[in-house]
Amino acid sequence: MTLPQIFFAYFFVMILGLAVMVVTRRNLVHAVLWMLLMFVHIGGLYLFLNAEFFAIIQIIVYAGAILVMFLFVLLLLNVKQSLTASLFIRGWQGRAMAVVFLLLVFVISIKNLVIGPRGEYSIQRIEQQGHIKVIGEAMFNDYILPFMIIGLILFVPMIAAAVLAMRRHDGSS
Amino acid sequence: MVPLSWYIVLSAGLFFIGFFTFLTRRNVLMMFLSVEIMFNSINIALIAMSHYMQDIHGQMIAFFVIANAAAGVAVGLALIIAVFRNKPSLNLEDFNLLKG
Repeated sequence: MTLPQIFFAYFFVMILGLAVMVVTRRNLVHAVLWMLLMFVHIGGLYLFLNAEFFAIIQIIVYAGAILVMFLFVLLLLNVKQSLTASLFIRGWQGRAMAVVFLLLVFVISIKNLVIGPRGEYSIQRIEQQGHIKVIGEAMFNDYILPFMIIGLILFVPMIAAAVLAMRRHDGSS
Repeated sequence: MVPLSWYIVLSAGLFFIGFFTFLTRRNVLMMFLSVEIMFNSINIALIAMSHYMQDIHGQMIAFFVIANAAAGVAVGLALIIAVFRNKPSLNLEDFNLLKG
């Protein structure tokens, strides 16, 4: 194994192991904190793929914003977890069969994957120009309309979240 | 050089951990956490593909996936708060008002 493969093996084992740690926790605060560590490792994997911008975004948006939002909601709800109840929903075995079926479909479809022709953004070009410059040029030239739409998509849920979480005083609830 | 298939295996493993959790855990917030795990696995696959095919468009899609994830989590957590006000529970089996 070469050195990049050893690094990748570290990230592989850590990300999958931390994901299992996240989904098996009974205490949700612990799950969120394990998830923070998992997101940091995924950010390291993005650095490994020459995508510095996404490593930064991964830390800022996921670890900084989304997980803090989860923690705030956990603090607001202040729910007492029962320690004896089962972790799984009733009839989870059938749902697990659905997961296995989808996994089979995925394996069959990924075996038929055909890699298309290489694009024009070679690794040398990205390293020469800088990743953020390449991303910015693509985003503000080719993807300006989706960029504006994503602004709207981020703006509407802000209002929706405020309206949904607002306590109504008309006596209906 | 790390082959592309390793990244695909990592992404698929992460996705199916998230998908299994989404379907089988009874905690609603854990469902949302598993949705985030699935979004991250998709991003790993997109960025690895983008790196290996030397094309920037996969990374653009990953950017929009991240923005959508942030928006979706905001609405989802607000919905959980609104539901929790009516029925103070996080157990998925308690939310059966619309069940026939």
